[in-house]
Amino acid sequence: MPFKRYVEVGRVALVNYGKDYGKLVVIVDVIDQNRALVDAPDMVRGQMNFKRLTLTDIKIEIKRVPNKKTLIAALEAGDVKNKWENSSWGRKLIVQKKRASLNDFDRFKIMLAKIKKAGVVRQELAKLKKETA
Amino acid sequence: MYHKRGLWAIKAKNGGAFPKHEKKAVAAAPAEKPPKFYPADDVKKPLVNKRKARPTKLRASITPGTVLIILAGRFKGKRVVFLKQLTSGLLLVTGPFKINGVPLRRVNQSYVIATSTKVDISGVNVKKFDDKYFGKKVEKKKKKGEGEFFEAEKEEKNTLPQEKKDDQKSVDAALTQCIEAVPDLKSYLGARFSLKAGMKPHELVF
Repeated sequence: MPFKRYVEVGRVALVNYGKDYGKLVVIVDVIDQNRALVDAPDMVRGQMNFKRLTLTDIKIEIKRVPNKKTLIAALEAGDVKNKWENSSWGRKLIVQKKRASLNDFDRFKIMLAKIKKAGVVRQELAKLKKETA
Repeated sequence: MYHKRGLWAIKAKNGGAFPKHEKKAVAAAPAEKPPKFYPADDVKKPLVNKRKARPTKLRASITPGTVLIILAGRFKGKRVVFLKQLTSGLLLVTGPFKINGVPLRRVNQSYVIATSTKVDISGVNVKKFDDKYFGKKVEKKKKKGEGEFFEAEKEEKNTLPQEKKDDQKSVDAALTQCIEAVPDLKSYLGARFSLKAGMKPHELVF
């Protein structure tokens, strides 16, 4: 019930609307009740409404409005990339992206792999059933 | 306007006068006699049309060796290898025949989805195929007979000439080798494409 992810300087957030959709950004300052100053290694620092952000669990140690170099160093120190890619949320997004970019041939190969896997699982299940029966 | 266009500078560069080209010498045209006969009504001449017919512009995604999905006709859903574009604009395509039953065939670009899967087509010679190869055979006109004549004609039409079968085999031989080099590609070409539940064509990447 109590809040766990706070809007604070250093909070890493995911952009969920707009031109930078899907990017991880760092809240670098709070402008007013609705907007934050937001920065990422590959974008120009700018303002964003909180409604366009979804907070993540990740937080890094920075002072208010660091320069780009310091920000990048802090992201490295906080190991944000690895933490994100190993989190279940991050992994889900990666899988979604992969699925969306699949070729027709890739989809066919995946279908064959699924059928094969299901066959193996069914065999093992049949073996177990025979043992217990 | 004179000063704005810099005409003063052009004149100065050319030494005071404007640069002129010499007029080309016009060859003296032979004297035309007035025509002896004028038609009674003025007939309108049709306008000059210098447009040349060109084959349809080929989509950038379709290159020789691309796997295409045919969308209409008796081979709808079949995945097929693109060979070349003919002068009529139609695409020359083959199954290969042994893999999915599609022979050397012409297909319209509009009825085709181009996938991003490519097959190496360098070993295949498709120079001899053109639109005439696929045209309907012109038959000599026979006098209308009855009974026996009709039956004889029908029997002749059904068989494919051996030449076409040999062409198919030679094209497919080189292709099939390249296809078997890629794992699963042969069964991919043998399977038909269909939309399943949850597939959104506008979101699919082909």
